[in-house]
Amino acid sequence: MSASPSPYLTQESEYNLSEDVVTKITEMAASFPEKNSALIPALHLIQDQFGWVPPPTIKQLAQLLKTTPNKIYGVLTFYTMFNLKPVGKYHIQICRNVSCSLLGAKHIIDYLTKKLHIQVGETTADGKFTLTLVECLGACGMAPVMMINDKYYENLDEKKVDQILKTLK
Amino acid sequence: MIQETKVLTRHENVSGMEEVENYIRDGGYEGLKKALTMLPQEIVEEVKKSFLRGRGGAGFPTGYKWSFLPKEKTKPHYLICNADEGEPGTFKDRVIMEHDPLLLIEGMTISGYAIQSELGVIYIRGEFKWIAEKLECAIDNARRANLLGKNIMGKGFDFDIVVMRGAGAYICGEETALIESIEGKRGQPRVKPPFPAGVGLYDCPTIINNVETLACIPIILQNDADAFKRMGSFQSAGTKLYGISGHVNKPGLYEYPFGTNLKYLIMQAAGGIRNGKKLKAVIPGGLSSPILKADEINLDMDFDSCVKANTMLGSGGIIVIDEDTPIPEVALTTVNFFVHESCGQCIPCREGLSKIQQILTALLDGKGQNGSIETMLKITQSVNGSTLCPMGDAAAMAIQSMITKFREEFDTLLK
Ligand SMILES: Cc1cc2nc3c(=O)[nH]c(=O)nc-3n(C[C@H](O)[C@H](O)[C@H](O)COP(=O)(O)O)c2cc1C
Ligand code: SF4
Ligand code: FES
Repeated sequence: MSASPSPYLTQESEYNLSEDVVTKITEMAASFPEKNSALIPALHLIQDQFGWVPPPTIKQLAQLLKTTPNKIYGVLTFYTMFNLKPVGKYHIQICRNVSCSLLGAKHIIDYLTKKLHIQVGETTADGKFTLTLVECLGACGMAPVMMINDKYYENLDEKKVDQILKTLK
Repeated sequence: MIQETKVLTRHENVSGMEEVENYIRDGGYEGLKKALTMLPQEIVEEVKKSFLRGRGGAGFPTGYKWSFLPKEKTKPHYLICNADEGEPGTFKDRVIMEHDPLLLIEGMTISGYAIQSELGVIYIRGEFKWIAEKLECAIDNARRANLLGKNIMGKGFDFDIVVMRGAGAYICGEETALIESIEGKRGQPRVKPPFPAGVGLYDCPTIINNVETLACIPIILQNDADAFKRMGSFQSAGTKLYGISGHVNKPGLYEYPFGTNLKYLIMQAAGGIRNGKKLKAVIPGGLSSPILKADEINLDMDFDSCVKANTMLGSGGIIVIDEDTPIPEVALTTVNFFVHESCGQCIPCREGLSKIQQILTALLDGKGQNGSIETMLKITQSVNGSTLCPMGDAAAMAIQSMITKFREEFDTLLK
């Protein structure tokens, strides 16, 4: 990442929940017997809007769900799918669990780090790709497997990885 | 040759099954139609008679679980469908949800009627976003056709379903952690008892069943309990989805009668070992199940036979490992997973597993110390039975089985 100021210091106005997200969160809260059940769905919606969960949005969410930012933060940090800092335009999450390892996940991971010139956990300098390792994605019969943003890519090999990356502008 | 019996996966290669008309044209909703002419208690009895056992891993008889609800309904009852599908090696529930979402929805509606619930929640792993959307679409379709919502089929029964996506925590597949997660909390298992059938979601009586379990309910109702029993083996009725991954020629999902032989599944159904290699080991029921050696796979894949063979049927996720694979490496991947997923509440699970991780990492780096294998075994024994949820135990047993059954490979690392 470049030397941008800590997200905790950024202007809140940059991170206003969109009207659409607020409506959806309110609807979600109404579909459960208790409001708090909308918390995890709401965090997904926020991440869909910003690509991560910016701290100022936590305050807004706390007000919507009548809870405290601290409680939300405790939940947010428990779940690995929520990004606590910005990620690249394309977030590559590659499975390193047993079935994928047996069919060469390690090789694909090495190939990606070389191709993108980053280590696992890093984002490319142009902000385009972030590479993360994850546990089993529930696609073991199609190993090795990765996810880019919301989409699954299965039965990977070097050639397939090349083709996939080429389509991502 | 054993015939593949496609019941739950019969629409695997058909599209459009989220449309009510297509599903009904193929016999769908006959089960619900029949169920709504019966008393809830009669359905519970029929499910008991069918010998249906939970497909989420533990194999608990479904009808009996349902009958643990309070006799008098004083609070709302909730039905939760466990679609967390987190157990490594497992990719089965997604096939039902992707290709036959209304089968699950019909199953939940019948189950909701049987347990007198008005709300069902499908808790699906967060990564399956497109599947969650498909389920939502199918739910909308069912609502429009008066098959969900108020006064279903004009029979005075109200029931609805909401879909909620998890967010990448394996432990949320454990039923009480899952309830916490639906309540908007960290997914940390609760102390049991009380069991969810008494005190569950929002402290109300709650039934939690796996996707595959709930998808069997319409099949049982359409015909009857006996027809369902005849599809499986004596103790384990119906069919089973077996996911086969790893070093086989044809990895994939296979549906066979419950109790089909493991050797048959690997060598025939999945086409045997890749590249003409020999088999070394098999993890038969997801990563939590103890490993088997190549000469132990003449095994009927049902709950009881697996227990007799000191392993578990678990989720039916079969991971096949060939002769070229070092088991200590598999063990490290396994322990890395469990350390990553431990919710941190119990010391043996949190500390014990990461100690094993340290020792094993050192061992594989050529920095093992004398006695370190014994230390790992001792830790796995100390986890045994001393944790809040079954994860700590399962992880310990899985690792212990790899060390004891392939001891010489670990010993070699010390030389
Ligand atoms: C650590 C852990 C993870 C689990 N993960 C799942 C899962 O992903 N899916 C599932 O259906 N059951 C899972 N279970 C089992 C559930 O706790 C529960 O027993 C099951 O959903 C009950 O459904 P059934 O009676 O239909 O089998 C898990 C259990 C543990 C201890
Ligand atoms: S055994 Fe592990 S995962 Fe289960 S409650 Fe204890 S610490 Fe959490
Ligand atoms: S092990 Fe990679 S998807 Fe399951």
